[in-house]
Amino acid sequence: MAELTRSYEKYFRQNRLPHLWCPGCGNGIAMKAIVQAIEKQGWTQDNTVIVSGIGCSSRASGYMDFDTLHTAHGRAIPFATGIKLARPELNVVVITGDGDCCAIGGNHFIHGCRRNVDLTVVLFNNAIYGMTGGQASPMTPLGGKATTTPYGSVDRPFDPCHLAKAAGATFVARSTAFHVQHMTDMIAQGMASRGFSFIETQVQCPTSYGRRNKMPSPAEMLKWLQQHAVLKPAWDRLDREKKKAYILDHKFPIGVLHQAKRPELDYDAAYDQVIERAQGVKA
Amino acid sequence: MREARLMQGNEACAEGAIAAGVDFFAGYPITPSTEIAEMMAKLLPKQGGKFVQMEDEIAAMGAILGASLAGSKVMDATSGPGFSLKQELIGYAVCAEIPCVLVDVQRVGPSTGQPTAPSQGDLMQVRWGTHGDHPMIALSPWSVRETYDATIMAVNYAERFRTPVILLMDEMVGHLRENVTLPEPGEIEIYPRRKPKKTRAEGYEPFEPDTDLVPNVADFGEGYHIHVTGLIHDDTGFPVGSAQVTESSIRRLHEKIMRASDEIVHTESYFMEDAEYAVVSFGGTARTAYEAVKNMREQGLSVGLLRLLTVWPFADKVIAELAEKVKGILVAELNYGQMVHEVRRAAGGKCAVELCGKYNMKSFEPVEIEAEIEKMVGDVEKGGRA
Repeated sequence: MAELTRSYEKYFRQNRLPHLWCPGCGNGIAMKAIVQAIEKQGWTQDNTVIVSGIGCSSRASGYMDFDTLHTAHGRAIPFATGIKLARPELNVVVITGDGDCCAIGGNHFIHGCRRNVDLTVVLFNNAIYGMTGGQASPMTPLGGKATTTPYGSVDRPFDPCHLAKAAGATFVARSTAFHVQHMTDMIAQGMASRGFSFIETQVQCPTSYGRRNKMPSPAEMLKWLQQHAVLKPAWDRLDREKKKAYILDHKFPIGVLHQAKRPELDYDAAYDQVIERAQGVKA
Repeated sequence: MREARLMQGNEACAEGAIAAGVDFFAGYPITPSTEIAEMMAKLLPKQGGKFVQMEDEIAAMGAILGASLAGSKVMDATSGPGFSLKQELIGYAVCAEIPCVLVDVQRVGPSTGQPTAPSQGDLMQVRWGTHGDHPMIALSPWSVRETYDATIMAVNYAERFRTPVILLMDEMVGHLRENVTLPEPGEIEIYPRRKPKKTRAEGYEPFEPDTDLVPNVADFGEGYHIHVTGLIHDDTGFPVGSAQVTESSIRRLHEKIMRASDEIVHTESYFMEDAEYAVVSFGGTARTAYEAVKNMREQGLSVGLLRLLTVWPFADKVIAELAEKVKGILVAELNYGQMVHEVRRAAGGKCAVELCGKYNMKSFEPVEIEAEIEKMVGDVEKGGRA
């Protein structure tokens, strides 16, 4: 059992720990889930690259003992696209945050899904800009308090999983920091799926979000995640009225939310065909 | 010997990139650079390389940097508005020391400006567009054949110094068609990707500078487990908040290029042996300046042309020597006046330095430059504007 032997520890740069995240932060849970999923997949430290953007989530790459790339704000997916196309044999994982992926990097997120490059994108969604001290993100709920929404947010959040599906991601899943094993399983399934895989992990930020929104302790935030996350099969069994009531109560489904029915050609495989066609053409 | 071919400047750029070993190109369409992307889309897959059209200019820059870190030789091409969008990631490539070539086929600005009209208004943006202190290498070819050679040179410099190199083209040369004979592949010198000289067990540090101050950063997927960041980092590649590391890394980024500046700065002189006056120019404008100088020589005026192929680092020494020799320098550039300030600085008051600028969508006519030469000569001889 990986859990008991802590065999995942070899995937961390021990000399770079402890991490800089606040006590009670959920990012460590998601980071550990990623390396456990890598172990489960049998990917090695030599054939796996971790790419991140800017923000709290994106500092994870520095702690992980692989080839790692801490890019510019919002740009992790384009960098990862370049790596994967240049070296298709490498496994490429993107770690991003809700500001990084859904605000400044929103366009890259959409087109990453559309292009269907074989990447595993893990969104650490803490509903806030943590690194800059608690400003509202595109995932901050309506009415949520942040330093830039002192009277409550009037900007509507959106569902990144719906966006990913609509834009063409071939695997879309969600989990939370409360559901540790489930999160690992979702990420591992995303890694196993060829094409653009998107996994939203809801993680707690007690320092910048919880304290301003009546959940100052990490335990309270985890409890909120437990009480509001509904496993996908149970969610699907809800009747219309019940589902409406759940949504109004901020409940949400977790699990595999979308998987392309027939395996679609990922970008790299499709580009191999381009090369074949080009080389068949006389100059 | 290859046969001569009628070729466009932008086409020569794409062919030069392939000859230099570029195997990955990401781009976004923008006039007047688009033909480069179109050519790369056609040529790269034939060589087994890859072309990807990204969702915007920032993404294209990100994709080439990722591919470069994974071992590819990379290029991207754009024009003014796209060049503005790329600035943050140009700085990323400087700081993280990622080899890449970015072509800017200049058009009239600011903003959307005049998309199809020629200009040389990005000269200063090339140097200072990204934030913070940083060095820059930029080459500005004046002919189709030189575009081919300068593209190869740009790729080689990017690899040798692990830095972004800008190929500063203009619409005149980009869309110019000339008959050119390209060199045989064996005649082309290629600078290979730098490789680590130590193993991990021997204490390899990816950003440890070699004797030329350039680090031998391992490519991804080679088992070195390196970390790359745009934060200021030490030799290990990991960010540090130290004043000493910040100072020494910013200094090294500059010095690795400045110590080689005599090799990087390429200039050409025409009619300069006994010249009392000089025109300094670059890119497409230098073609007209050449015509003007030739005409003035035929009229008996002692004037020559100094053409800068390398626009950054600036040809300080060459300009300083020139200023000692001549009575006046006219800087011909297709903008409101950018290079003229650099020439004045480098000339250090040793001779008159005047601007011959233009920014009305049209390239220069030789007579316009001739008139400005005459004016400068008149003023200097009268002791007016020195």
